[in-house]
Amino acid sequence: MATRRVPLVLLACGSFNPITNQHMRLFELARDHMHSTGQYQVVGGIVSPVSDGYGKQGLVPAEHRIAMAKLALQSSNWVTVDEWESQQPDWTETAVTMRYHYGRILKEYEQSTRTNKDSSGSSSPLSSPPPQLKLLCGADFLNTFKVPGLWLDDHVEEVTGRFGLVCVSRGGLEPEQAVHESDTLSHHRQNIFLVKEWVRNETSATEVRRALRRGMSVKYLIPDSVLEYIHQHNLYTEDSERRNKGMLLRPLTKQTQQPVKTLDD
Amino acid sequence: MDGREVTKVVLLACGSFNPITNMHLRMFELARDHLQDTGQYKVVKGIISPVGDGYKKKGLIEACHRVEMARLATEDSGWITVDPWESLQPEWVETAKVVRHHYDRLLAAEQNEDDVDTVKYAKKRRLEENHSEDSSHHRRDGPQLMLLCGADVLESFGIPDMWKQEDIAEIVGRYGLVCITRSGNDPHKFIHQSDMLWKHRKTIHVVHEWVTNEISATHVRRALRRGRSVRYLLPDDVVRYIQEHKLYSAESERKNADVILAPLQRYTGASSS
Repeated sequence: MATRRVPLVLLACGSFNPITNQHMRLFELARDHMHSTGQYQVVGGIVSPVSDGYGKQGLVPAEHRIAMAKLALQSSNWVTVDEWESQQPDWTETAVTMRYHYGRILKEYEQSTRTNKDSSGSSSPLSSPPPQLKLLCGADFLNTFKVPGLWLDDHVEEVTGRFGLVCVSRGGLEPEQAVHESDTLSHHRQNIFLVKEWVRNETSATEVRRALRRGMSVKYLIPDSVLEYIHQHNLYTEDSERRNKGMLLRPLTKQTQQPVKTLDD
Repeated sequence: MDGREVTKVVLLACGSFNPITNMHLRMFELARDHLQDTGQYKVVKGIISPVGDGYKKKGLIEACHRVEMARLATEDSGWITVDPWESLQPEWVETAKVVRHHYDRLLAAEQNEDDVDTVKYAKKRRLEENHSEDSSHHRRDGPQLMLLCGADVLESFGIPDMWKQEDIAEIVGRYGLVCITRSGNDPHKFIHQSDMLWKHRKTIHVVHEWVTNEISATHVRRALRRGRSVRYLLPDDVVRYIQEHKLYSAESERKNADVILAPLQRYTGASSS
């Protein structure tokens, strides 16, 4: 008897400063790849823009980044924007964000299973296995695990071991190398899915901001609705790029103060 | 204001557009930014001219679809348009002819505007004289039509029997080329190594795409054959059109597999099998 596919939700955390076509491509590529393994059914995608507390240089206010992401994803029938992380008073560790979303997904699943049980009197043989949540990211993300102070060891273990990663890269062997060079990542390599798009596409939010500062066109790199929003609000200028200049990223200050959190939080 | 007159430019892109992608559209945006940044030009229009079915390229689907997809892709652009003239010709048309055709149309449009204006009438007379001379002088009066292309097209000038030498001379000498670089090509070196191109280097504008974007129509067709998503590589309307009409399959890719490309056929007298 064929195994039921595991329902899978993909969560992308990041600045989305601004969201670009390339971000949305990640979801498409990841979904196709996970389906093709035969083991998963991708049932949802979540874009979770980081809060202003992250302190990254050039980060424009969350309300704008959320609005732009919503505009961009208006036409998507499976990817949505979630504001929870951006609304937290302080920057939130990725592992904590994942726990929050996984909690919600699991609750929904348990409720629907309960409903099935109630209506048929016994659990339906066709009920699906419990859902999973994996972190969707680009290849550069794997290298952040090495940056001193940016990640707690326990969290790396949780994100890669308990949840799992879907990492999209643009050809080349950098992700394989990053996994190889880290004991934790290697240990969980079965839970790290490497997806390739075999074309070089270096479009990034950084480049989009650069082009906007210089009055160059970014049409066809981001959705028209996002472009319009940017012009209406005059986001992304030399001034906006100087925001947070000289400040330390919040993870680097937060994680040296606090004791290591356990999984029981 | 120094009162220096800015030359009006129309960009013409010939190609398969099989299908049109965001990368094609980006080329127009990059070219416009580059030319206007020099302070010498104002890009007033962009024309996409999909090649006719007579080109016989492998995997080339019907022109009517390619034209319609390009139209959908540029519907909301304020300056880029699609012209089906080339695609409607019964035989493949040399690029130089397409350029000439669009330039003549451009001139005619300008003349219609200028008819009542006596100051510009003298200019019109000069334009006509310049046009009938076989001059390769870079004219600053009147609108210019430049061919927009990727570096791969520039390098195709070197493929035997792909182009007539006099056509290349006409395109780069009389009209002008705007060439967007792709990774792996070095257009400056290629220009340097060709005496003819080097002679006309002033009318060959090389635009560096600092942010590599290699999303090619080939890649898109491959993804479609394999049932993969191409969303966000092309405008949504084009993705929808492709799905509705079930374009791009293993079968469509085999089209013209045994046929010789039209330019090669024409210039060597080779016949298709």
